[in-house]
Amino acid sequence: MKVTVDQDKCVASGQCVVAAMEVFDQRDEDGIVVLLTPEPPAGQAEDVRHAAAVCPALAIEIQD
Amino acid sequence: MTSTVNPVDERAARAPEFPMARAAGCPFDPPPGLRNMQREGPLAKVRLWDGSTPWLVTGYADQRALLGDPRVSADINRSGYPRQAPMPPGGTGVSFILKDDPEHARLRRMVTAPFAIKRVEAMRPGVQKIVDDLIDELLAGPNPVDLVEAFALPVPSLVICQLLGVPYADHDFFQENSKVIINRNVTPEQRSTAHGNLIGYLDDLMGEKIAHPVDDLLSGLAGRVTAGELARDEAAQMGVLLLIAGHETTANMIALGTLALFEHPDQLALLRETDDPKRISSAVEELLRYLHITHSGRRRVAMADIEIGGEVIRAGEGLILANDIANRDPDVFAEPDRLDLRRDARRHVAFGFGVHQCLGQPLARMELQVVYNTLYRRIPTLRPATELERIPFKHDGSVYGVYELPVTW
Ligand code: SF4
Repeated sequence: MKVTVDQDKCVASGQCVVAAMEVFDQRDEDGIVVLLTPEPPAGQAEDVRHAAAVCPALAIEIQD
Repeated sequence: MTSTVNPVDERAARAPEFPMARAAGCPFDPPPGLRNMQREGPLAKVRLWDGSTPWLVTGYADQRALLGDPRVSADINRSGYPRQAPMPPGGTGVSFILKDDPEHARLRRMVTAPFAIKRVEAMRPGVQKIVDDLIDELLAGPNPVDLVEAFALPVPSLVICQLLGVPYADHDFFQENSKVIINRNVTPEQRSTAHGNLIGYLDDLMGEKIAHPVDDLLSGLAGRVTAGELARDEAAQMGVLLLIAGHETTANMIALGTLALFEHPDQLALLRETDDPKRISSAVEELLRYLHITHSGRRRVAMADIEIGGEVIRAGEGLILANDIANRDPDVFAEPDRLDLRRDARRHVAFGFGVHQCLGQPLARMELQVVYNTLYRRIPTLRPATELERIPFKHDGSVYGVYELPVTW
């Protein structure tokens, strides 16, 4: 699984962090998403999919 | 010549009034009229207070698609925007929630940092202390008591005042004015006066923060004003928005949520018995889904023709995305009318969706987790002190809830 994020689209809702803390973080200055793990292990795949589904800004893309 | 009736016009002519009434004795369910519309198809027409007939979108998937669609505008000044109430004479400043990107994003990003998950988590012990202290006071005070006044409103008010840097001692003043602003039935003049009062108050406060900045959100905005990145009136406007949004919504979730739990004792027992953060967070999501207190819908206007389920929304037509009924969409949530704290309800749209999704949702979630995990465990015998029929509901507000909730223990 490959993950990409679009920081221009992100609205800093932090829902991705709640869903998958090992994969996503937020910048201190403005809460914009930071991708920690572009290729998360299989065990985290479901959480990452959930993060993409709840991201209100559609800022997370997943490639299998 | 044969006369042809445009089917869209014909539909507009028999469009039902919106907002719709809930069924008597059914305070937690969306109006039956919305439910019927959801069954009938993805789009319907409704008639608003000013005679306009925007589209009403009821389905979960369609709402999410439209809220994420760049062809859809949140700009209240665009013609066709379905307004909730008349604009005050002369208008008022418009906050970023009623603007489009890039202006919306520019302003929103100035206030997102304090709502990042780690920052919100760092506030949790402080919120726990606020909740515990208020429960101590509640237990030491009169019994029965109105839970709204004694607990539901003070919790989020104290939290947002701390976060913004607003003196809590002024809460009577800004709560009175907020109440007027979110009431759909006041005159435009009354709303304008209340808004002016709050703007004046925030502007004074902004002056103080510019002169003596400390570590709070308003001082952060004051810094932007000093740096020339933000106009002072925009800063005051943002302060008003955050102050109102920060306490009204969460307060209603606390009181209405408690009432819903009283009506579902088996579910209340689940919260009383657990302190597992996962279970509590699921419970919060389910209460958000089930109660959908923002019951006037997300309002938008189409900027291009958009096709939905074989029908075309034309550029310039208004849209109301009724998120309350989307949260009860049977295609997404099994047995949607059942309050079930064990279900996975995280996909609900109680905070909206798209770039305008509620800015304060991480804070609201955390506050609700602390409240629902503490209140019923510390006062296990907490129960209503009156019958459901006697409880006054906020049918006239843009945020749904109860005006009063007498409780005893
Ligand atoms: S969920 Fe989406 S909008 Fe929210 S912080 Fe993550 S990437 Fe940004």
